[in-house]
Amino acid sequence: MSASWTQKRDRFGGLGVYTVIYLAFIYGPVLVLPVFSFNDSIYVAFPLKGFTLQWYEDMINNPGMLAALMNSLKVGGTVAVLSTILGTLAAKAVTRYRMPGRGPVVGFIMLPLVIPEIIMGIALLVMASTGGIPLSLLTIGVGHMLLCVPFAMVVMISRLEGFDKSLEEAGLDLGENPWWVFWRVTFPLAIPGLIASLMLTFTISFDEFILAFFLAGTDVTLPVFIWSQLRFPQKLPGVLALGATILTVTFIMITFAEWFRQRGDQARKSSSGGM
Amino acid sequence: MVERAEAAPVRLEAPRLGLIDRIRAAAMRHESIRGYALLSPTMVCMLVALAIPLAILVTLSFWTQNYLTYDRTFSFNNYIVYFEKPIYLKLLLKSVRISGAVTLATVLLAYPAAYFIAFKVKKNKLMWLILITVPFWTSYLLRVFAWKVVLGFNGVINSGLITLGVIDAPLEFILYNPTAVVITLAHAWAAFAILPIYVSLEKIDRSLLEAAADLGEGPVMSFLRVTLPLSMPGVIASSLLVFIPTTGDYVTPNLVGGPTGIMIGNIIASLFGKANNWPLGAATAIMSMLFITLVVCAFLWFTKQVRERVA
Repeated sequence: MSASWTQKRDRFGGLGVYTVIYLAFIYGPVLVLPVFSFNDSIYVAFPLKGFTLQWYEDMINNPGMLAALMNSLKVGGTVAVLSTILGTLAAKAVTRYRMPGRGPVVGFIMLPLVIPEIIMGIALLVMASTGGIPLSLLTIGVGHMLLCVPFAMVVMISRLEGFDKSLEEAGLDLGENPWWVFWRVTFPLAIPGLIASLMLTFTISFDEFILAFFLAGTDVTLPVFIWSQLRFPQKLPGVLALGATILTVTFIMITFAEWFRQRGDQARKSSSGGM
Repeated sequence: MVERAEAAPVRLEAPRLGLIDRIRAAAMRHESIRGYALLSPTMVCMLVALAIPLAILVTLSFWTQNYLTYDRTFSFNNYIVYFEKPIYLKLLLKSVRISGAVTLATVLLAYPAAYFIAFKVKKNKLMWLILITVPFWTSYLLRVFAWKVVLGFNGVINSGLITLGVIDAPLEFILYNPTAVVITLAHAWAAFAILPIYVSLEKIDRSLLEAAADLGEGPVMSFLRVTLPLSMPGVIASSLLVFIPTTGDYVTPNLVGGPTGIMIGNIIASLFGKANNWPLGAATAIMSMLFITLVVCAFLWFTKQVRERVA
């Protein structure tokens, strides 16, 4: 008994240690950005020269960068919501109903996953140029939607596939209308998938460079703006300051959301008497 | 109950029934119609934004660049150029090799971490997931660029080691080669590997593992025979999510690859940019797409065979 318990603890320890090392690998290079964003030198190299806030001043005084950030938030938010809705509808249809020709249809929606972004980028660019459509945030958004819908659908299928159709049928058999069944049965079961899908699609759109690079007009998203800055070494520390800021803001936002969620959970638990 | 079930069809056949009612009745009877109704918004979007642009791209690949205009007569010229000059196929194969290595590294590194969060973490699972995904909210470009800063000639590793007195001159072999591309991409795409694997592990019914333990399976065997097969959908999804985009990537080879790390994406981008030969670029893009599709199909077929043999 005690032997198996120690064994279990050791296993936990090994995997835990691995995960911490993995986190270090993930964070290491990313943390280089904030460290050097305070370094008083335009060269990103050791030894550190001294503390400065100059690069953050540069960033705030750079209207192009802030405009690009706003564009990215706009495109990312819209794309995340729309592609999650479209992906969920498709996933629901595919997992819930028996349909002839299901395979080819799913294959078609998944197609952007088997096409590298650069090819979708040039295909949309060629269509826009033959159709006389001016490049703008809208064309970037269309490109990102294309990329995000299959991701949303994959996440939602793998969430919806596992759960029991009989739960919904039980709801219907008990005389509830389809909307009630959706809100009280399907939706709560799908929530983890929906959150994962929104997070994933927003991240994809916010980060996406290649499609945006080909489809951007005069309004650019953040990655395209950063790409234009990377060519100038003197602009580099400002870019590092921006990267560090995004990282910090994200971290605070997500920590707050998590704290809020747990408080909600506790409130619900205490009011419903533990169940 | 029986009477009602028999009464329903009689009412449906009544001649006064409107068209909408009839469609609704048909939809209630045939689930495939309801399924397609649910699918239609997604399908329409994908048709407009995907099928039409690809059709135009295919058409373009059979035209010829004629200085500033296109020669619109149908010809295989671009494909002939593609196969005659060895650089295109060579780069395509190299891209697939590099992406294959990236995929393998990314999935192998992510699996234990996803397993830890799904099975060993009891509280705050979401917090762990967030902790792992937060770095991926910084721009992809910045993450790739961070590796250039880390690995560079005057970069963090070299200047750090020199400051510490470990080496006298900067190590040159750590940047501007395919290995640097693999390391950078394996890092940049980690979140895309870990999330699908986590989702599939989280979905596994814990009572199956208890059953395996009750039946006397050791932890290793129950992992191999229960957990791993059930998490395969996640592993396959992750592999595809990492492999396909990285094959066409041109940011990473551009920033950290150097001359030996160039990939097919760089060629396509230059044909649509400086070289300004869109039709040849279209042909190159289509050939890459076909080849990647082939590799993916082979991979799916192979994993299916393995799963069937194990099951």
